[in-house]
Amino acid sequence: MDNIAGKKSGLSWAVNISVALLVMLWLFPTAGLFVSSFRTADQISSNGWWQSLFVSEQNVVLRTTDPDDDGAQVLEDGRYTVSGNLYGEAGKATIDVWGTSSRAIDSYVAGETADLGDGETITVQANGDYVWTGSTEMTGRGQRVFATAQTPPEFTLDNYHTMLFDPDNIEGMAKAFFNTLTVTIPATIIPIVIAAFAAYALAWMDFPGRAILVAVVVGLLVVPLQLALIPLLRLHLGIGIGKGYLGVWLAHTGFGLPLAIYLLRNYMVGLPRDIIENAKVDGATDFQIFTKIILPLSFPALASFAIFQFLWTWNDLLVAKVFLIDSTGQTTVMTNQIVELLGTKGGNWEILATAAFVSIAVPLAVFFMMQKYLVRGLLAGSVK
Amino acid sequence: MNPALQGLITVLIGVGGCIGYFYFSNQFLDRVLFPAKGVNAGRNINRANMVRPWLFLFPAMFALGLYLVYPVFATMWYSLIDRDKGNAFVGLANYAQMVDDPKFWEAVKNNLLWLIIVPAFSTAFGLLAAQLTDRIRWGNFAKSLIFMPMAISFVGAAVIFKLIYDTRPVDSSQIGVLNAVWLQFNGGTGSFLILRLIPAALIACFGAAVAYVGYNLTRRMTGAGSAKTPILGAIGAAGLVALCAVALFMAVRAFIGIFGFAFPYGEPQTWLTIPIWNSILLMIVLIWIQTGFAMVILSAALRGVPEETIEAAIVDGANPFQVFFKIKMPQIAGTIVVVWTTITLTVLKVFDIVFAMTNGQWQTQVLANYMFEQLFRANDWGVGSAAAIVIMLMVSPILVWNVWNVRKEMR
Repeated sequence: MDNIAGKKSGLSWAVNISVALLVMLWLFPTAGLFVSSFRTADQISSNGWWQSLFVSEQNVVLRTTDPDDDGAQVLEDGRYTVSGNLYGEAGKATIDVWGTSSRAIDSYVAGETADLGDGETITVQANGDYVWTGSTEMTGRGQRVFATAQTPPEFTLDNYHTMLFDPDNIEGMAKAFFNTLTVTIPATIIPIVIAAFAAYALAWMDFPGRAILVAVVVGLLVVPLQLALIPLLRLHLGIGIGKGYLGVWLAHTGFGLPLAIYLLRNYMVGLPRDIIENAKVDGATDFQIFTKIILPLSFPALASFAIFQFLWTWNDLLVAKVFLIDSTGQTTVMTNQIVELLGTKGGNWEILATAAFVSIAVPLAVFFMMQKYLVRGLLAGSVK
Repeated sequence: MNPALQGLITVLIGVGGCIGYFYFSNQFLDRVLFPAKGVNAGRNINRANMVRPWLFLFPAMFALGLYLVYPVFATMWYSLIDRDKGNAFVGLANYAQMVDDPKFWEAVKNNLLWLIIVPAFSTAFGLLAAQLTDRIRWGNFAKSLIFMPMAISFVGAAVIFKLIYDTRPVDSSQIGVLNAVWLQFNGGTGSFLILRLIPAALIACFGAAVAYVGYNLTRRMTGAGSAKTPILGAIGAAGLVALCAVALFMAVRAFIGIFGFAFPYGEPQTWLTIPIWNSILLMIVLIWIQTGFAMVILSAALRGVPEETIEAAIVDGANPFQVFFKIKMPQIAGTIVVVWTTITLTVLKVFDIVFAMTNGQWQTQVLANYMFEQLFRANDWGVGSAAAIVIMLMVSPILVWNVWNVRKEMR
């Protein structure tokens, strides 16, 4: 827009940089959780996740093989020798400086030889290879080496394995994942069907009180569901539904209906009048018009609402806590599981990050695949 | 029964039941009740068409009535009775008890703070992002990344930000970004610049913007031109002016406070336990989520601004800032109000973030969490319902405003 009359905005590089910064700022929090979910507990607590992406300098304590181990110690050229790699295999890290005492961890450069006294020496190479020799047979545990090493990034899938596929892990997310799915799918589909018929009536049928009903629906859009908790829980307990899936499905259906009706009605009103009138002239009943014409044409609006309702039910905590989760805890959903983990495993970020990411992954996938419909729904759904 | 199977059956029963209901009730209406043949064919068709809308509407109306309308009145009733006294009517005793609870006032105070800060910053960031991304080639990609937090649950966001606010003991390396950054400050020139001067400048900008809006509102209120909706408009505007005054007062206080505050340099902070700041840190979570929403809506509005008005302004020699503030802003003012009110609604109901991050400790209580605590932890349904009614009262101006707008649109 600023390019009219051939005038190119001189600030376009500044705009590009600002947007890049803004995007990075917005991605940074999620990235932290994502990266952390691929790190071990030790790695997470040893340095910040942003350092794990680069080669980092770490101070580590390593130990050579115990000389008492079978075949560890050999006699070479008259000296007892233990050799190997401090990391188990070469190439895991690059040692810059090292020492043999915790008070002087940078006494030697890689490749130098340290005199340990009593005729023992040790040589440590940059890749972790060491040769430890003594004039007499060595006993006891392996020699400790304090190294300052350049460690390349390292990630693992173990957290996901533990949280999702380990049947012994009672804190696992697998059960909660399926529970969430069980809550979500009926709670997304049922309101769509009910709302579609009502929206058709509000959009295309003429009857007294229609305008008032639309206004009521708009009013109900903003009623906080907090008000519904106690009366409905009592109702559910009273009529025998109790706490359980049926209750949570009904509750989500009720709470989702105003938005569903509003979105669908707004969309259906915009459909061309000619099509509907022609069908009427041809003798189609309202039911036929609805199922054969309106419903297929309203697909974008149906998809918009389906995404909203899916995200909302998947991410919900309050409704599930009140209407679903009973004292047995068998029906816990992911959001609730995460909150409980926050209480019991507050510092175990490998567990928390993985659990949170398992629950975030599905909505994110839906979001990126169906973004078009989501945006359309947002634009239609905000009361103008 | 396996819940997955139960779910499948429910979907089938729910969907099949609905479709069956609609189909058979229509059949019944057309074939049995008012058949379109015989002597009364014409009259019957008319009658059937009068009944049919209600057939289509009945399930939805029933569900809405049972799940949203009835609870409003039931909650009102519960807030007036005492469960421990055999559901006896106790008048406003529950409200009196609530008003005596300092936690309630803490929640109200925090909610007001949330109401000012979150919509303001979300809308401002959203507007900034919309304006910037519309001008670059990879704008849509940038937009979808900023929009992404919308898909993340409040609980997930709480975990994400708890990692950012994490604290480790002094000697170990900090794994929370906030503390890692905090430890870079040492009280030198850089610290003065970043921790005092820039925030003060931002607050001053914010204060100036608020003052400008408030000034315009007062001028419009006292001006004679706006006689279209005298009462509603005046009440709304007066409320906004009051809100502006509060915001301005807070901005001035923050501006003064920021220079006098002694920052504890070099010590890692347990951020979520420092009153006021912890509330703000919780608000950042919601701002992070809501900015994408504001951006999407405002971006659509900005694109809807007629090209000719902008071209005319540029031809007249307006600079980009003038184009933005004098041409675009007035034309999207309505959308800004919509975004603002929508975020306000979200803020009023905010529960998950506080529940998961602090559970209302360290003076971060908000009304929705206070209500949940009263209902399910203290098991005091009277006070809990009273708190729910307070939330409802805070929502109702927006409810009235929305309904009023829709009625106007439909006429």
